[in-house]
Amino acid sequence: MIEIRIHGRGGQGAVIASQIIAEAAFREGLHVQAFPSFGSERRGAPVAAFVRLDHEPVLVRTEIYEPDGLIVLDQSLILQKLVDVTQGLKDGAWILINTPHGPEEFTHLGPYTIATVDASRIALEHRLGSLTAPIVNTSILGAFATLTGLISLDNLGEAIAATVPIKPEANIAAAREAAAAVKTLAAAGTGR
Amino acid sequence: MRMVIKGNGAVAHAVRLARPQVISAYPITPQTSIIEGIASMVAEGKIDARFIKVESEHSALAGCIAAESAGARTFTATSAQGLALMHEVIHWAAGARLPIVLANVNRAMAPGWSIWTDQTDSLSQRDTGWMQVYCQSAQEVVDSVIQAYKVSERVLLPTMVILDAFFLSHTYEDVEVPEPGLVDGFLPPLDLPQKMDLEHPAALGNLVFPDRYMEFRRKMDLAHQVALGVWDEVGREWGELTGRPYGLVEQYRMDDAELVLVTAATTASTARVVIDALRDEGVAAGLLRLRVFRPFPADLIRTILADRKKVVILDRNCSFGHHGIFHQEIKSALYELPAGQQPEMHGVIAGLGGRDVTVEDLRGMLMGVWEGRITKPVTWWNVLEAKGAETGAVAMG
Repeated sequence: MIEIRIHGRGGQGAVIASQIIAEAAFREGLHVQAFPSFGSERRGAPVAAFVRLDHEPVLVRTEIYEPDGLIVLDQSLILQKLVDVTQGLKDGAWILINTPHGPEEFTHLGPYTIATVDASRIALEHRLGSLTAPIVNTSILGAFATLTGLISLDNLGEAIAATVPIKPEANIAAAREAAAAVKTLAAAGTGR
Repeated sequence: MRMVIKGNGAVAHAVRLARPQVISAYPITPQTSIIEGIASMVAEGKIDARFIKVESEHSALAGCIAAESAGARTFTATSAQGLALMHEVIHWAAGARLPIVLANVNRAMAPGWSIWTDQTDSLSQRDTGWMQVYCQSAQEVVDSVIQAYKVSERVLLPTMVILDAFFLSHTYEDVEVPEPGLVDGFLPPLDLPQKMDLEHPAALGNLVFPDRYMEFRRKMDLAHQVALGVWDEVGREWGELTGRPYGLVEQYRMDDAELVLVTAATTASTARVVIDALRDEGVAAGLLRLRVFRPFPADLIRTILADRKKVVILDRNCSFGHHGIFHQEIKSALYELPAGQQPEMHGVIAGLGGRDVTVEDLRGMLMGVWEGRITKPVTWWNVLEAKGAETGAVAMG
């Protein structure tokens, strides 16, 4: 079983991102579970969403405490130390960050595979959201597909079309562009 | 068709398939997306029903009572304070023998104000005459809502289908949603034996004198006894149609189990992972999951738990001043066992107000009892004890 935690700010689409991953992985034939952090959320405040993927039906119905991977929709959560994103993260796990910086800028986070993609720039180029609030969740999932190999771009496209209410074509195009733009720095010793 | 939906979406799809004629509902977190989903389906013509918007939960159920009295299949959904506000008419629906189906999303009662899960809201309605079914997955939500209509309409009792807030209501998962034709074959249109009828005017809800009231109540109790068999039969029939059979309870790795966890809802799903791990470590552990709680399958539970060594009953609820409610019911069911067949029983109260009940929590409870470290009849799990708690002081910390 693979457990993923998505960090973002209220309004950036962390919950929708968890649903899109679930929809895409479901199309890969996996059993899926996706849920938001249970509580009241405010626009701009740190939020989290979660995904479990498995070849077997997912029986565990608790929150996720030791994820295998992280998606960070907003680099300010790390740069401003607003959230301890690596809390409970397994050694050797991967972290995918939306940032204009390269993965080498984030090696201080620990013994993890770091991947970066400028999902905000890509989203804006595809006119997704506004300059102050780009909608980055679909772009970064293209990078997620490349990084993890868990979902194909075709299934990601179908999942986006099934989940995102407007501009599905632009969202899919942004995901495909991000899939090619991701930069990865493997954790020492993991061979990735 | 297989699809990824959340627990609340599972309710909406099951209601669509059951073809209700009247939906009367009022929103409340974390139930709201159930009736939003249904409202959309009604607006899009996917459900051919009248959707009545009301000003309170009391009126929501009153609307169902009126429509069902006229012979219409009805549905409503609520949670916590909303269910409590319905309480007067909850009794009415059962006493009038109306087979209404209600989805309740388990949410802790206020104060302290909470939107998170526990079972105190639904269990406060235990003695109203409604049947109660607790679900552990969105798949079970779909299947149980459809079965609930069939059982309810056979025995003329209403059913509450119950799902955990957030752990089920807001969790997306892959679910098999049956085709309409399959459900139409399983669930015929409602044909109430008695209903309001302009051709044959009659008065409903009249004064019943002491020489007859008990007879009505006796019939309600007998209907519950009959319903035990009907739930079993309908669960089997559903299994033949879909490959997903259901019983009154579910047993997991119980064959030679000496240590048994008894619990309900999503915690029972998580518990299987723990049972598997304990089995790998050589502990003969098993799970008895409560599904149909009213009517209460006491005889079945007594047979299953006889001769086990230790039983841990996990309640996400409390009857203050006594035990967890499932714990009380299990103890009462086992009283008739001869002393030599009685297991050692321990109640654990955990997960109130949505506090997570983790794999580690479940392991801790089970092994604590198995290894004799938990000896008290009731343990409040993982709780900060108040200073001066022994005096009844209110302040925490």
